[in-house]
Amino acid sequence: MENKVIYTENLTKKFGDFTAVDHISFSVNKSEVFGFLGANGAGKTTAMRMLCGLSHPTSGKGTVAGFDIFKQSEDVKKNIGYMSQKFSLYEDLKVWENLRLFGGIYGMKTKEIAEKTDRILHELGFEKERGTLVKSLPLGWKQKLSFSVSIFHEPKIVFLDEPTGGVDPVTRRQFWELIYDATDRGITVFVTTHYMDEAEYCDRVSIMVDGKIEALDSPKNLKNQYRTQNMYDVFYQIARKATRVEI
Amino acid sequence: MNEFLSFIKKEFYHIFRDQRTILILLVMPVVQIILFGFAITTEVKNTQVALFDPSKDVATQYIKDKFQASEYFTIVEELTTPNQINEVFKYGKVGLVIVFSEDFADNLLHTGEAAIQLITDGTEPNQASMLTGYASGILSLYQQELMEQYHAPFQIVSEIRMLYNPQLKSAYNFVPGVMGMVLILICAMMTSIAIVREKEMGTMEVLLSSPLKPIYIILAKAVPYFSLSIFNLATILLLAVFVFNVPVAGNLFWLILLSLLFIFLALSLGLLISTLVDSQLAAMLISGMALMMPIMLLSGLVFPIESMPEILQWISAIVPARWYIEAVKKLMIQGVEVRYVTKEFLILAVMAVGLMLISLKNFKTRLN
Repeated sequence: MENKVIYTENLTKKFGDFTAVDHISFSVNKSEVFGFLGANGAGKTTAMRMLCGLSHPTSGKGTVAGFDIFKQSEDVKKNIGYMSQKFSLYEDLKVWENLRLFGGIYGMKTKEIAEKTDRILHELGFEKERGTLVKSLPLGWKQKLSFSVSIFHEPKIVFLDEPTGGVDPVTRRQFWELIYDATDRGITVFVTTHYMDEAEYCDRVSIMVDGKIEALDSPKNLKNQYRTQNMYDVFYQIARKATRVEI
Repeated sequence: MNEFLSFIKKEFYHIFRDQRTILILLVMPVVQIILFGFAITTEVKNTQVALFDPSKDVATQYIKDKFQASEYFTIVEELTTPNQINEVFKYGKVGLVIVFSEDFADNLLHTGEAAIQLITDGTEPNQASMLTGYASGILSLYQQELMEQYHAPFQIVSEIRMLYNPQLKSAYNFVPGVMGMVLILICAMMTSIAIVREKEMGTMEVLLSSPLKPIYIILAKAVPYFSLSIFNLATILLLAVFVFNVPVAGNLFWLILLSLLFIFLALSLGLLISTLVDSQLAAMLISGMALMMPIMLLSGLVFPIESMPEILQWISAIVPARWYIEAVKKLMIQGVEVRYVTKEFLILAVMAVGLMLISLKNFKTRLN
């Protein structure tokens, strides 16, 4: 239990008659990269929103960073980072202003923010862009910065909702290096993606179909189980069972 | 608290980095005041007058002098036949034609009755009725003078006085109107756009997944527009007092308090709009159509409420700006004590609290 930073049991979300997330039970270990896959409309985003405290579950149990997602959503929010599918930085703020804003929102001290800003800009090689407006950065840079912002306050877990949409393979590779750096520091990464090469980078992946988790294992085991060479075939075999129309 | 402050700082950056918007926000009230004050003035000044005077006697000459002396009229033409009357209107320069009856002075002194005709261009009814109003004013003054000269000393003389706005200055009327419009537009429209923009950009999700309380997000959005509105309020009042010589006859404290209440109401309205729509464009359209139009048409800014059909009068009762404008007129121009605007204060307060509650409730349910 100590080691499980995310733990759910029969977590369910209904919208009227429609069951978006149907009794899912899984757990995520500390410092692991957990891939959360599923076709569009399978219920990934809804499940993730429940874990982030953005949406209230209908039934079931769930803890994130040791806090109950039903009763302690405030504590959950303090201990997680979130990078949304859409772009999560402010385009009309400068790079350092974005960092300061999110540091401030998470209650970091001014001095701490200043030190951390210097360090992160150095690590990313963005020192020259410190005073640049975010809107004039290339997309790949924005996404790297966006990730750095989401773990700026050193959360226990970071949720990434399709973080690498629309960027080239080289930048995606660099992005994943940032993710591994974060797990080395003990941050757990929960990531949704549509890129199967990225699924291979995960320690474990779950595949959701019609609101349920159909498969959950390491990419290697899944490939053995479904007797294929790559994750794409695994995903295709599982996801085509879906009966639900995309919403 | 620190969390809240860094968020407010960000909101100010948004506003000040968007130079076009900030320019519009700060310049709009000034432009509106000046437009209404100088261009769209409903005041009558130096209207060109034509005369047809078959009598040409002492009395008509005296009346002509009176008209010429008035700042509202300038006599430009003496007609020789009544047929010319239509002609002068067709040229469009003359706003009023005065026709005296024959033997004007004789009739006046001997029978006590003399006829005079005031002809105006009815295609502009407001202008026309204002012109005849001024002209009758001049004529009745003359009548009074005659009565004083020739009749018994106990004659009761009726005196015409335009209460509150003796020169019928239109500035007195439009200043409260522009205040109502500018405040509602800036607070409601800009707040709703600012909140919806976060939804559209996807940053709202990130904010909501942070420990920042939703109520702080809303408050932080409101603070910059609240301060901008106060700045605009000051601009309008200063322009009104120093450029258009509209006095603040009542208590400035209550006027400002009333305006703050109205600003709060407008912010709640903006919040409500932001919970109803998902795009900035929709927010702008709703604010534009659902707020601008009723304010222009139903608040008494352009058309007096008393002269509307009854059904429209009822509808105008739900336009918050109507009550604000009425209260400002009373407080600022008539200079009444605050107890005479209790009704307006109460209505605005109830509307503001009601809107705020509805929109907060809406905001919360939308999150789930």
